[in-house]
Amino acid sequence: MTTAPAPVIVYEDSPPADVALADRVAADRSTRQPVLLFFHSAVVWLLVGSLTGLLAALKFQFPDLLNGTAVLTFGRLRTVHLNAVAYGWTSMALIGTVVWMIPRLVRAPLFAPRLAMAAAWGWNLFMIFGLAALFAGYSDGLEWLEIPRGIDVIVAISGGLMALSVLVTVARRRTQHFYVSVWYILASMIWFPIIFVTANLPIFTGVNEAAVNWWYAHNALGLWITPLSLACAYYFIPKVLGRPIHSYSLSLVGFWALAFFYSLNGHHHLVGGPFPQWVITTSVTASVMMVIPVAATAVNFHYTMIGRFTALRHSPTLRFIVLGAMMYTVVSLQGSVEALRSFNRMVHFTHYTVAHAHFGVYGFAAFIIFGSYYFIVPRLVDWEWPSGRLIRWHFWMAIVGLAIYVIGLSIGGWLQGQAMLDASRPFMDSVNVTKPWLLARTVGGTLMTASHFVFAYHYWLVVNRRGARRVEPAWSDRRSYISMRAPGS
Amino acid sequence: MDRYRVIFAGAVITAVFAFFVLAWIPQRQLSAVVPLDPLQPYSAEQAAGRRVYIALGCLYCHSQQVRDPGFGTDQKRGWGRPSYPEDYRFDEPHLLGTMRTGPDLINIAVRQPSRAWHYAHLYQPRAMVPGSLMPSFPFLFELKERADLADDVVALPPGTAPAGRVVVASPDARRLVDYLLSLNRNYARADARNMGPGH
Repeated sequence: MTTAPAPVIVYEDSPPADVALADRVAADRSTRQPVLLFFHSAVVWLLVGSLTGLLAALKFQFPDLLNGTAVLTFGRLRTVHLNAVAYGWTSMALIGTVVWMIPRLVRAPLFAPRLAMAAAWGWNLFMIFGLAALFAGYSDGLEWLEIPRGIDVIVAISGGLMALSVLVTVARRRTQHFYVSVWYILASMIWFPIIFVTANLPIFTGVNEAAVNWWYAHNALGLWITPLSLACAYYFIPKVLGRPIHSYSLSLVGFWALAFFYSLNGHHHLVGGPFPQWVITTSVTASVMMVIPVAATAVNFHYTMIGRFTALRHSPTLRFIVLGAMMYTVVSLQGSVEALRSFNRMVHFTHYTVAHAHFGVYGFAAFIIFGSYYFIVPRLVDWEWPSGRLIRWHFWMAIVGLAIYVIGLSIGGWLQGQAMLDASRPFMDSVNVTKPWLLARTVGGTLMTASHFVFAYHYWLVVNRRGARRVEPAWSDRRSYISMRAPGS
Repeated sequence: MDRYRVIFAGAVITAVFAFFVLAWIPQRQLSAVVPLDPLQPYSAEQAAGRRVYIALGCLYCHSQQVRDPGFGTDQKRGWGRPSYPEDYRFDEPHLLGTMRTGPDLINIAVRQPSRAWHYAHLYQPRAMVPGSLMPSFPFLFELKERADLADDVVALPPGTAPAGRVVVASPDARRLVDYLLSLNRNYARADARNMGPGH
């Protein structure tokens, strides 16, 4: 005799509160292990990436520093820095976050958590072998694709396993409604394996390889880091505020415009280069069209936040994420302008682009990740962050460091471009004018790195459940703590 | 069609479409170019030097492309004629670059044909170019009491190398300079019909 399987109830809207709660408990239980593994790993890679980046920045003040070995030369430190922060920190942290979100959003436990665990271990293996190869000088020589192709196989498989786990989880959903975060996450999980595998096909040479290189590298931002970060913002802003997103249809405009235009952006990195101009023009146009999804997202977030901005003082999650979302708007509009030929002429090949990249990947993506950690980690370990003070230190050092970095290096890059565009000035002028601003970059980078050590220490405390057991969160702002605790007294 | 399939199909279509527009069609277009110029494949030594160039990360500070005179001052700086797709047909991986922390190198062999200058500059850039931010690469050289007959001895300004020692280029340094001295894409283009910027 066989018992019929219990019918799966799909709710039109929200299920009764007790069912919703039970679903959420089951969802969180299914993701706890892989999310913790992704989060632990990401914090380690953040520290590796910060230290290599800082050392690379210091080489501009002391060019002969640690010059005794090829392992620590600028070209290798810079490459290890990029790969550690892009693939180790940003990617692993974002995967951890979306693995945690998806089962909650579709009311179904994560499909085969072991797949996600395998993906996390595989991803770490890729990072260890990959960074070791880069330190040793084995590089494929393509920006964002430096890690040798043989090692790339590991991350392609890991990404595929992760995609499988997420796609099946969503297929087993028990909601009719697809929240916008689910759109972004699903699409990204499909995009990453596609772009990563095609970019590594060894069928292109010469300028065609440059084309594939930039098609990939910009999509690693546009179709992977950006949509996953936006998925977090779309989840956490309404979640923390306890109010729905302003406009569902506007968020779908944002999604489709991003999917179509961002995927075509890559060749603005080849402006002025030896490549058919119609292709570059296509990318410039698509870069300008990015104003549409960016504006749609910005308007949506703004109208969700409006009247609630004081909440930024109470919630570290909201503080990091809302600021990250604002920086997304600014850095994207900046990117659209940067792609225009008239502007590109000035800033292409300069440090201005480096400032822009950090503004985006750090100001937007990393800030949203930090905010997500502050929300998720207490729910993984059943322990509040022990110290409001450490959160404040993390926040202020990160934001001040980033401001010094981005403003300083943007000015330096602009002056560099000016010097290069004046043929009557010797090339060395374009080097000399950047020197004070490269020092500013090192100062900003030092603050950012210090903030990461504070964050990592605090993370270590919370996962080991140090400090007193709290019944309420540690406030991120002392004044709000006082005003909340003692109203009218 | 339910939303799941819409997202799935939408994601695949946008990525594949972008790949075709940005990579596949241009490759078909450029494969029609018949190069008639004197560019030769890299020799074994030059190719090995190119790998040293990549392993040391030179590409992160030096571009290898000269832009059109209407777009920047590359030509006025004496960096050579504008680059064309066929100039890169032996390049795997490409090294077009995205930064000019240092100058463009696609025609460095024309501007700086001296092997001795390159050795000294790699050993200590600031000995040759005051104020340079380039890393020094002493690990590409050997310090010896006395040079052998076959050695490439590096001539350095006084005070740059340890007293009483001679600085000798390692095989990697020799190959790297072989590669740098192969960087000459300044020959006249043989066929004006070839496709390039503006077409």
